[in-house]
Amino acid sequence: MPDAAARMEPISRTASAAPRIAVRDLDFYYGATHALKSVSIDFPDRQTTAMIGPSGCGKSTLLRVLNRMYDLYPGQRAEGEVLLDDENIIDPGTDINRLRRRVGMVFQKPTPFPKSIYENVAFGVRLHEKLSRAAMDERVESSLARAALWDEVKDKLHASALALSGGQQQRLCIARTIAVRPQVILLDEPTSALDPISTLKIEQLIDELKRDFTILIVTHNMQQAGRCADRVAFFYLGELVEVADAMQMFTAPRERRTQEYITGRFG
Amino acid sequence: MPEDSKHILSSFEADLGRLRDMIAAMGGLVETELADAVTALLTRDAALAARVVEFDTRVDAEERAIEQFAIRVLALRQPVADDLRQVVAALKVTTDLERIGDYAANVAKRTLILNEAAPSYPLASLAQMSRLVQENLKTTIDAIAEADPQKAVSVWRADQMIDDLYTTIFRELITYMMEDARNISACTHLLFIAKNLERIGDHATNVAELTYYAATGETLPDTRPKGDLLAAYARQSNQ
Repeated sequence: MPDAAARMEPISRTASAAPRIAVRDLDFYYGATHALKSVSIDFPDRQTTAMIGPSGCGKSTLLRVLNRMYDLYPGQRAEGEVLLDDENIIDPGTDINRLRRRVGMVFQKPTPFPKSIYENVAFGVRLHEKLSRAAMDERVESSLARAALWDEVKDKLHASALALSGGQQQRLCIARTIAVRPQVILLDEPTSALDPISTLKIEQLIDELKRDFTILIVTHNMQQAGRCADRVAFFYLGELVEVADAMQMFTAPRERRTQEYITGRFG
Repeated sequence: MPEDSKHILSSFEADLGRLRDMIAAMGGLVETELADAVTALLTRDAALAARVVEFDTRVDAEERAIEQFAIRVLALRQPVADDLRQVVAALKVTTDLERIGDYAANVAKRTLILNEAAPSYPLASLAQMSRLVQENLKTTIDAIAEADPQKAVSVWRADQMIDDLYTTIFRELITYMMEDARNISACTHLLFIAKNLERIGDHATNVAELTYYAATGETLPDTRPKGDLLAAYARQSNQ
């Protein structure tokens, strides 16, 4: 087999990217529970990183740290460094509102406001920017277009967002997130409540959005991680076990625990 | 997590086990086919040679069965990591084993032709070469059955000796042909037989490389390190 080594070399989708977020020795506690244990990981700019692992492994906790959502709950605390463009965002002095504009989040179940489609997108923008009517109209349209929803809702922008299908609602939530022009988008199991076709539409969207944003997705669906992600991180019991190029991860993971988990042999 | 834990889905575990068994069984068939072809050649046994030619259709059928089963596993189980490597290697290994079967059958066909005339040439070098090829094939099949990357490496290293022996036989046969033009027909068949054996060695090496990849996730380098060859010859001469 000539050139076998060259042919089997993983095709790297992750070359030459600087980290947008650098996590260094991060520990996280829910009261006495040590939920993240000295986690260090880079999230490269304009790439999608998928986080996988069994329930309770710490992957969603890491997302909650990245936009300081844990601030809402007393008794939860983070130690270490989470550098977003060299600024430690877990520092008490961090401006939370500014952080949440820079780091948007989309949840497992669509969470539209009980308002019109237009207002759902405009709402967040108004918190951070004063736009003219025309500029706001343009922002709403471009955000809906980028979320691949515009054609489906352009004739009913003032109808209730709650009348949309689940998949449309999730794309609306993505439109709402990108409308404030964040740098990072966190997606916490964004398709687990959606049918396969709506799921593929969201995955297609993720593929397009990563040209402009740093994307982190938590998923329980291994094939989804393979389809969407440039890099995949495996967490287990609060530790980062392995992070690798998606190709490497799903053909030849380095760690035995990773292999056991992704092949379905765990426990 | 226990060591050597099994898949949570036992039917998936069973599928992978069945695939391993099918490959090992096909390997066994090919080993038998080659052994019989070599015996038929060295003992001028026409009946055995005819059976080898017939036997090859079983090997071909086994290849198709494994291919279908591997595609089924890919489609229904979506294997990843070591499971994926195992299924992909199985698909390619069966192609190599099938080719080995074809070469063995070709040796048998040429044996039938050679048997039509009286022997006029020594077979010692061919016997030695076929012994090496058979040893390599056997170690390869063991490597598959035991998923043993070290055995795969030893096959990969030993193939150079077969290649060198082929060159020696080539020169020998050319000499016989130059000595007496009446040897040309038989020696040409023997030359093809030597080439078939050499190709069997190459396919066994492919299988060894695939087995190594399936077991470790890494590929063997394109060229063997020089020191290996001397060590391999030293082992050979000690036997």
